[in-house]
Amino acid sequence: MRTGFLTIYWRDMLRFVRFRTLLFASLVQPALWLAFFGIAMSNNFDRVTATLPAFPGVRSVNYLTFIGAGVIAMTTLFTSLFGGTVLLFDKNWGLMRETLSSPIPRIHVIIGIGLSGMTKSFIQASVIMVFGLLLGVQFFEGYTAVQILYSLAGIMVFVGTFSLGFLFLSAAIAITMESPEGMQAVITLLTMPFFFTSNALYPVDSFPPVLRVLSTINPLTHLVSGIRYFAIGSDFSAIGIRYTYTPGEIFISYLALLAFAGIMFLIARWRFSKVTVT
Amino acid sequence: MGKCRRAPLLEDNIIEVNNLEYFFGEVKAVDNISFTVREGEIFSFLGPNGAGKSTVINVLTTLLPVQKGRARVAGFDLKTEPEKVRESIGIVFQELTLDRDMTVREILEYHGRLYSMPKAARQERIEELIKLVELEGKRDTLTRHLSGGMKRRLEIARGLMTRPKVLFMDEPTIGLDPQTRIRIWEYVKDINQQGTTIFLTTHYMDEADQLSDRISIIDHGKIIVTGKSWELKNALGEDLIYLETSDNREATESLRQLDSVKGIRDKAKGIVVMVNTDGTYLLPEIIDRLRSGGIRVRAVNLKKPSMDDVFVHYTGRELRDSGAEKGSVAIVRAGRR
Repeated sequence: MRTGFLTIYWRDMLRFVRFRTLLFASLVQPALWLAFFGIAMSNNFDRVTATLPAFPGVRSVNYLTFIGAGVIAMTTLFTSLFGGTVLLFDKNWGLMRETLSSPIPRIHVIIGIGLSGMTKSFIQASVIMVFGLLLGVQFFEGYTAVQILYSLAGIMVFVGTFSLGFLFLSAAIAITMESPEGMQAVITLLTMPFFFTSNALYPVDSFPPVLRVLSTINPLTHLVSGIRYFAIGSDFSAIGIRYTYTPGEIFISYLALLAFAGIMFLIARWRFSKVTVT
Repeated sequence: MGKCRRAPLLEDNIIEVNNLEYFFGEVKAVDNISFTVREGEIFSFLGPNGAGKSTVINVLTTLLPVQKGRARVAGFDLKTEPEKVRESIGIVFQELTLDRDMTVREILEYHGRLYSMPKAARQERIEELIKLVELEGKRDTLTRHLSGGMKRRLEIARGLMTRPKVLFMDEPTIGLDPQTRIRIWEYVKDINQQGTTIFLTTHYMDEADQLSDRISIIDHGKIIVTGKSWELKNALGEDLIYLETSDNREATESLRQLDSVKGIRDKAKGIVVMVNTDGTYLLPEIIDRLRSGGIRVRAVNLKKPSMDDVFVHYTGRELRDSGAEKGSVAIVRAGRR
């Protein structure tokens, strides 16, 4: 019976729901992003957008809707990148010895942590969507119930795959690092380029060429595109720019996320095979 | 001595180690060690910090690889069948390894799940063990709220969760108060009597003495001597007589000529005479002999050899002095913790 990863998953979720403050903070924080940053920027961008000519026949969405997808993506990025931290603490406090001296293959530790992190991302994404809809994010407008379900499923598949990739990366970093401070520094360093070369908060069309290339290979961009495609539609305009997505493009974006997750998994497996915990 | 003397269940070796060596980079932590542990016994590694005890335990529990030599645990080769070994053993680690944010039940539950125990068996075993280590009132308490002794008991319970053939205990009573230590010893004896072989490391003389069927004294990564506690002590003679005299060297010369004197060792201010006869009758004779030689006796003490004496005899130093030794593995490894 090879269900060891469920044990790892169980323990991590147990800790997640045990600490009410932490749980509460992790859910409220992204909502606050949307509330403060979103509404503040929204007023600015929407005023500028109002002066631009509209695309006839194309649905125009407000800025809050535009960055709604970005906030979901950003939250998933941050949560996932920090999701492996528990492994660093387990290693430093000796807790990992129990796990590594048990018959569970090491790969199950990676998978278990990946799945629990993914679950946390699902919960957060759901909270942001509900909160966003209350604030005036125009997701799923004019969708039928079936279309909404289909879109939600699409969003979750994208969020899930993306978060797994970054959780594996986080696990690989955690098992390699010696101190939580070091890990914090590395992750903060990593989030910057991922975050600011993506289309989460602003359009990337007017980026200089180098940044555009970075933006194209950035998993965050692919996640945001996926969420916008499912939540807003395949043809809309925001901030005076027209966005069109074909199913083919979205499929390629998904493949990119899948490839990213796959590579990160291999890296995590390699880092784990190297570690000795005594 | 309050020790349980019982025949081993089987005259089989449950641990067999042949020419084991382990290096941390350039430092040789384990130096060509060979020993066997018989099924059903309590076997101790006694030695100072940094002697290589923990390294041996880490290798035997698969946390460190076998670099050189061969070792079998519970019938499985450590190199070729580490998973089989893992399934057959329980471990109580030297430092506490309990998640502070989990309850007593959850700690045991997690462990049972790690070893794929079926749910019913898990529940049953948890209740059994909570009773055994007397934590009934603490089932749903977070481990951060337990006392040091309770944590240790919980760790022992966890080590027993899967009914292992061998339980490895690395310094099981380190940092505990005397009463708690004695209670832990009682648990260890109970567990052993129920059939679990126990391999423990300790730097406490009394612990090795009280608990073990057999003891290996280990120092600088080598086994110096192995035997039953009384065998080791008897090797020093029947009694030890400590003397402080006006001329210790002269006294040594004089006493060496007695047949019943096995050996004499220098101490800081006096000498220790090892005798293989009843010291209570020999002592007056010794004092008379010295006095007639013009040597004044200032202080006398007569005692049975203890494990401390055994340790000093075989390693040539006191256990408590050795921890701070320069270049010992303990120093080199301290940074990793």
